[in-house]
Order: sequence, then structure tokens, then C-alpha cells
Amino acid sequence: MRGTTGIEFLGSDRFRTDATPINGSRTMPAQIHEARRQIEHRIWDPDAETLPRDGIEALQLERLRELVTRVARVPFYRDHFAHREIGPHSIRSLADVRRLPLTTKDDLRRQHPFGFLAVPRKALARIHGSSGTTGRPTFVAYTARDLETWSNLCARFLVAGGLRPEHTAQVAFGYGLFTGGFGLHYGIERVGAAIIPAAAGNTRRQIEIMRDLDPEVLICTPSYALTIADSARELGIDPRSLPIRFGHFGGEPWTEDMRREIEDQLDIAAFNNYGLSEVIGPGVSGECPERTGMHIQEDHFLVECLDPESLEPVPEGEPGELVISTLTREAMPLIRYRTRDIARLYREPCACGRRTTRMSRITGRTDDMLIIRGVNVFPSQIEEALLRVEGTTPHYLIEVSRPGTLDEVHVKVEIRPEIFSDRMDRMQALCERISREINTVAGIRAHVDLVEPRSIERFVGKAKRVLDRRNLGE
Amino acid sequence: MKLQQLSLFLENRPGRLGAPLEAIAKEGINILTLSLADTAQFGILRLIVREWDKAKQVLEDAGWVVNLTEVVAVDVLDRPGGLAEALAVLEGAGLNIEYMYAFSLRRGDKAILIFRFEDPDRAIAVLLEKGLHVVDGDELLSVVSG
Repeated sequence: MRGTTGIEFLGSDRFRTDATPINGSRTMPAQIHEARRQIEHRIWDPDAETLPRDGIEALQLERLRELVTRVARVPFYRDHFAHREIGPHSIRSLADVRRLPLTTKDDLRRQHPFGFLAVPRKALARIHGSSGTTGRPTFVAYTARDLETWSNLCARFLVAGGLRPEHTAQVAFGYGLFTGGFGLHYGIERVGAAIIPAAAGNTRRQIEIMRDLDPEVLICTPSYALTIADSARELGIDPRSLPIRFGHFGGEPWTEDMRREIEDQLDIAAFNNYGLSEVIGPGVSGECPERTGMHIQEDHFLVECLDPESLEPVPEGEPGELVISTLTREAMPLIRYRTRDIARLYREPCACGRRTTRMSRITGRTDDMLIIRGVNVFPSQIEEALLRVEGTTPHYLIEVSRPGTLDEVHVKVEIRPEIFSDRMDRMQALCERISREINTVAGIRAHVDLVEPRSIERFVGKAKRVLDRRNLGE
Repeated sequence: MKLQQLSLFLENRPGRLGAPLEAIAKEGINILTLSLADTAQFGILRLIVREWDKAKQVLEDAGWVVNLTEVVAVDVLDRPGGLAEALAVLEGAGLNIEYMYAFSLRRGDKAILIFRFEDPDRAIAVLLEKGLHVVDGDELLSVVSG
């Protein structure tokens, strides 16, 4: 790989890591054995990515103090700090991060749209939105330097997972407020590879583009990768004959089983990456060819793993809620943002040479949020939809499954005398109306299953309203 | 002149139809006729029974959602064209049929048509005016049991 300039973006002294680009200097055998899927170890930003533990922690401490200074411009944090006399002096070790307040999605919503801005509005370079569908999106703002950081973070995991300047990558993520499309787009551009911004949807066309342009790399959600494979078969094309050699998948939770499916069906190597729009988008962490967890970009994010009840750190390797402080974000820096995502952290060194903490796949949520085909859905939204249709709410159950490659939602509603009619047209209209209300409120298409009375299990206390059969655990 | 019809909600899966029928059979209630409307997911069972109030109670006690609807029974000659002639009358009068079902009698030369109208009273008036024979509950019971 020729010398690229992956770290020049750190133009400011404050964020400077003093790394020199030596991309490609580390090459080790990967653990993917099929020749076509062989990915060599490469590191985009070696000085930052292979810092020893003490170096990482010293840098995090320094940046955490800077973050505390920077967020004092945000009223939410300023008030909190003033009350408790918190300032950069309060942070003497990384463990002191626990003296700082937690930030939740609700806090962000209460400050809608820009109460969390730490820079003047005119300093913004871009605005994205979370995929949340609860009425209005949560906006996320970036300065020009935030965008630089973001591109570089995406470049890091893309290079770790095989992307090279000579490659062509097809991006089948949505381009829009969603951070996936643009985040990956500029990461690929940063690496110097060619981009086909195919965007999400029109699967047949995606396949035609692949056959015409021979991209080696596919970027999309894991379920969309399987949809592409299905669609190819329908067209009489062997999905394994497509030119894709590897893919970077994210935007929704998936499993090792799904990885095997994707790899077998498309004959590719499939890499996982993680991020969330509130902190930056994709780029918080990603896999190297060892694929023993996603390397957290710890020079930019301080990640804690807490027991969601006690908010105490869990022992290493135990599942807990990821809580992220954005060490270098300028426009909308966050302290201890509760992601609600459950994962495990591993701190032992990785064979790839990076010394960063790795995180497991996301194995659950601490709230009841469901991610359905990439759309965030809360059961409360389904309930809100049902409330609009009289007589449907006392007993219902949301069942999520993934019968083929795509998520399916069935909302089971127990029939009651006030909604039952002897006329089939009325009953079908009822199902359609419920389905329409769910689509309006939650933004998803759900199958409405009317069921017999007392067929939904009764609970003492809090009813269980969601049955997720997708088996997204490890 | 109107008949009481019971409607039940059933899920469309094996064994769901038998259970309510057994429940009323156990109480010695005879079914005069029934019809089933279904989708892939659920069905609506409509029943005309001898003691509809008792049957309704039995079914509701056993947990079914039961709906009571007034329907109209008409008897026609059990021969080709019998139904078509009756329908022509209804159509001519602009009466909208929500749904219907039919059965023929074991003895005799009559078939019974069961109609669900939006406005059963108006339907009965039209049927009588056009000379069709509307069968009331007692009459239906007597012809069915012979």
C-alpha cells in the first residue's frame, strides 16, 4: 500500500498525535482461510491505533480534562458542574469520569434541537439526525474538524477490515440524515478507494451495478447483504459469483450466525462495525481480521461498561451498558452518554497489534427499543398506535422475527366484543387501520394478527409486550 | 321475522373450529346451520342454533367473543334458478347483502337462504311485498326438525 496521509487531519495541536503515516507496515496472516476472503492486517493510523495502554490512558485523561472544559459552554453541563464545583481539576485519573453526570437521550430531546451545541451555530459544517422515529429526529451537529475526525475513524476500521486505495466500494446505505451513508462514504474517500454511492434500495439495480463495475467491497446493513443474495438468486445469478470480496456491515444488531450466512451466501468476509449518531455515527469501533471484537477508537471515545441498574462498572468481560464520552467532538460533545446498548469489553491485547479495548457485538438494549430493519422502534409507539383504535390495547404482544433475511413484526391483538364484527370486511378494515396507525406512529410495516381472547400470556405486574425471536444474543 | 345469529371469532389454526361446537353440543344445543368466513389468519364462525341465548352464554362462559346479529331467512324452491330468482328480487329493490349462506332441507323441496342485510326490517318489507316467503324462527325450527 502506498503511503497515504491518513493522519494529516489532526492539524490542531490539541488533537495532534504526532503520528507519521506508515500504513501497511504491519502485515500478519489473517484468520480467514478462504483465499478469496483473505484479508491482511493493515493499520491506517498506526501511532494512534497501536499506542501502548499507558499511552492510550494518558491521552484519554488529557482529552477528558479538555472535554470537561469544552462542555462547560453547554448549559446542561455548566449548571451541573456549577452545582457540584466540577471542573478539569476534578479529573485526576480516568476513574474520575464517574464524578461526571450521565447524559441520556431524553436529556438530548429536552434540549432539542441544539441545546447541546458547544460551538456557535455558524461553526457548523453538517447536521445529521438519529434514525429515531419518535416524532422528530435528534439532530447531531458537526464542525469541519468533527467531519475530519469522523472520516478518519471510518478509514481506520475500513482499512483494518481490508479496504485499500485500489478498491472500489459500493455503498448501499441510505444517504441522508442517517449517519451511515455519508459517514462511510467519506471514510472510503479518505482511504483513497473509489466509491459507488448506490444508496439503499432497488436491489436489482445494486446487482447490475456490481456486475458492471466489479466493486470488491459492499457497505450496507447485514440484513440488506442477505437481501442482495436472495435477489441475485431470484435473477438466476449465483450470489457467490458476484465480485464482492468483503463487506462492512452495521446499523443494526446482528449475530455470528448471520455473519456465517452472509459469508457463505456471498462468498465474502464480513466485518462488523459500531457507532451511534448521537456520539458521531459509525466509527466508534470496528473489527480487524482477527474478528475477536471491535476495536474501540479510544483516543476519541472513552467507553465505560456499566451495570444499567447500579451504574457501577461491571467486571471485565461481563455484559453491561456502554456509556461513551466523546473525547474530541467539538460541535456536540457529550459526557457519559448512555447508549442503552449492551455489550462486553475486553482489554487484553489483540494479535493484530492494536492495544485498544475491544467490544463484543451488541447483545441487547437496556431499554426496550427494537431495531427493525434499521428503524428504531419503541414498544410504546406501538401502544400509542393501538390507543388510536378503540378496544385494542388491553392485551397485545409485539413479536419480532427474522424468518428469512429481513425483520418481520407481528402485532398480536386479542379480539374483544367491542371490536369484533360478524362482517369480514369490517374485520379486515380493522386490521388495516391498526397497521396504518402503527406505520404512522412507528414508521414500520407490521402484520396485525387478531387472536382469540386470553391467548396472550397474562403477567402479574408489568406485562411483557415484546417477544423478540431474532436471537440477537451472542 | 328475524333470526338471531351468533358469530364467533376463531384463529385460523388446526382444532379451533371443533372447540366451540363441542361446547354447545355438550349442552345439548343443536345447530340448525352454520357458515364460516375465513382469511389465512382468522375466521368468523356464524351459527344459527335452537336456543341462541343459552348457546351464547355457554360460549361466552368458555371465553369466546360472541356477537349477536339479526339475519333474515327466506325459503325458495330447491331447484335450478331458485336462488337466482330470489337474488334478482333483492337486486331489483336495491337491497345490499352483506353476506349470505344457504342450506337445503333434508325433506321437502325447499332450500333456506340466510341473509345478512344492513337494514333487515326494510329487507323483510321488500321480500314480503315481492311475494317471497320469509321464514321466522319458530317456522324454521319446525321445518328443520320436520
